[in-house]
Amino acid sequence: MRKIGKQTIALDNAPYIVETSSIVGPKEAEGPLAKYFDQCLEDEFWGEKTWEKAESKIIKENVNSVVAKSGIPSSNIDYCFAGDLLNQCISSSFGLRETNIPFFGIFGACSTFVEGMSLGSLFIDGGAASNVLCATSSHFCSAEKQFRFPLELGNQRPPSSQWTVTGSGAAILSNTNYGKSCPQITYTTPGKIVDMGVKDANNMGAAMAPAALDTLITHLQDTGRKPSFYDAIITGDLGYIGKDILTELAETKGYNIKNNYNDCGVLIFDKDTQDTHSGGSGCGCIGSVFSGYFYQMLKEHKINRLLLIATGALMNSTSSQQGESIPGIAHAVAIENLE
Amino acid sequence: MKSIETKQEYLDYVDKKSPNSPILKNCFNAFWVGGLICSIGQIIFDFCAFKGLDQTSCSTVVSIVLIGIAALLTGLNIFNKIGKFAGAGSLVPITGFANSIVSPAIEYKSEGYVMGVGGKMFTVAGPVLVFGISASVIVGIIATFFV
Repeated sequence: MRKIGKQTIALDNAPYIVETSSIVGPKEAEGPLAKYFDQCLEDEFWGEKTWEKAESKIIKENVNSVVAKSGIPSSNIDYCFAGDLLNQCISSSFGLRETNIPFFGIFGACSTFVEGMSLGSLFIDGGAASNVLCATSSHFCSAEKQFRFPLELGNQRPPSSQWTVTGSGAAILSNTNYGKSCPQITYTTPGKIVDMGVKDANNMGAAMAPAALDTLITHLQDTGRKPSFYDAIITGDLGYIGKDILTELAETKGYNIKNNYNDCGVLIFDKDTQDTHSGGSGCGCIGSVFSGYFYQMLKEHKINRLLLIATGALMNSTSSQQGESIPGIAHAVAIENLE
Repeated sequence: MKSIETKQEYLDYVDKKSPNSPILKNCFNAFWVGGLICSIGQIIFDFCAFKGLDQTSCSTVVSIVLIGIAALLTGLNIFNKIGKFAGAGSLVPITGFANSIVSPAIEYKSEGYVMGVGGKMFTVAGPVLVFGISASVIVGIIATFFV
């Protein structure tokens, strides 16, 4: 591997994404992508007593599922990169405490899934690992409890707010394709923290869009590619407002992404019938939408070149109450069918 | 559209891009639901008066019944739906106060009865109590000395 341009890393032995798995909650199961997810839950507790335990179970079962689907013995998985939104990433560490895989707990808010894929692919390309597991989760109820208000409180959500996805995405990256045709990670562009002063925690899309723009432009400049090189440029999760902002801002900088750009937070819910306002969010959103929908599109060669940009709002409830603005971040990986 | 360079330009742009809450609709729903809740209170009041209770007792019964109903509806996962529809209409009457205490009590029960229910019960209603009681103390002092 080698660094190219300002901050992109070219992965010479492009790691394969050999398998993915996704689990989502009941609301996501009513959304337009339901048929692409491996498992849809019927209730948000999934037999557990607390939201936090339910989220841990979701990521645990999803990791079990991706390992089983891949056919790779879990003892052959060298490292695991996982994260979530709960304080100190307890969903991941509690959910994965019995896996016996060396574990890196990572936090990048909703950008965690691609952060994990970036780090995992560097481990593989650098020869430090043969198989790496990346997983994230989020849960609407545990996130509401931690970041906002109790669920039963009778308040109103502003139109710019986003709906935390209950779900998990997991992927196994490998230095071999195990004889199957698999998409590969060719470049990774770790993002910078960008803060344009947005303070409204109910408008995360607007807070994160400048970071997405910065990473998108840097990636295109570093690789010398045009937006049209990609069949799809996908962010997660800017929602409707952030998507609109990113499209317009990119245009002012001379990049037209109108034709091939979409956002996981926009795709996962039907905002007219599901009352999700500006769309989905959370570590589980891009995780499940990539692992469910986009991985299948790549496998079926309906998409061959995908730029996946995960965006995160790096704040917590204390920083919001203290009136701090919201620093945004966006990490990108280029995923391509090379064979 | 011209390129955005400064934070202020971006914040102004975000302001324009972000949809506003439907204020007229929200006000209308808040008005009639809030009015309905108060009317129910008045019916209970008149009923108590009809049964021969004095005015203070009637007011107390109204509060108890409305709080009871709001707490029950919160536990049944119905009050949040009313609140989403009515906003201030169900929040401002005593029903909203009951909901703001019962909802954290339910949510934090998983952290135990002492630190969870007991410790977190007033996380939403706490400011209302602190400033409500403080204001009434100040008003009381003024009334004692100057009125």
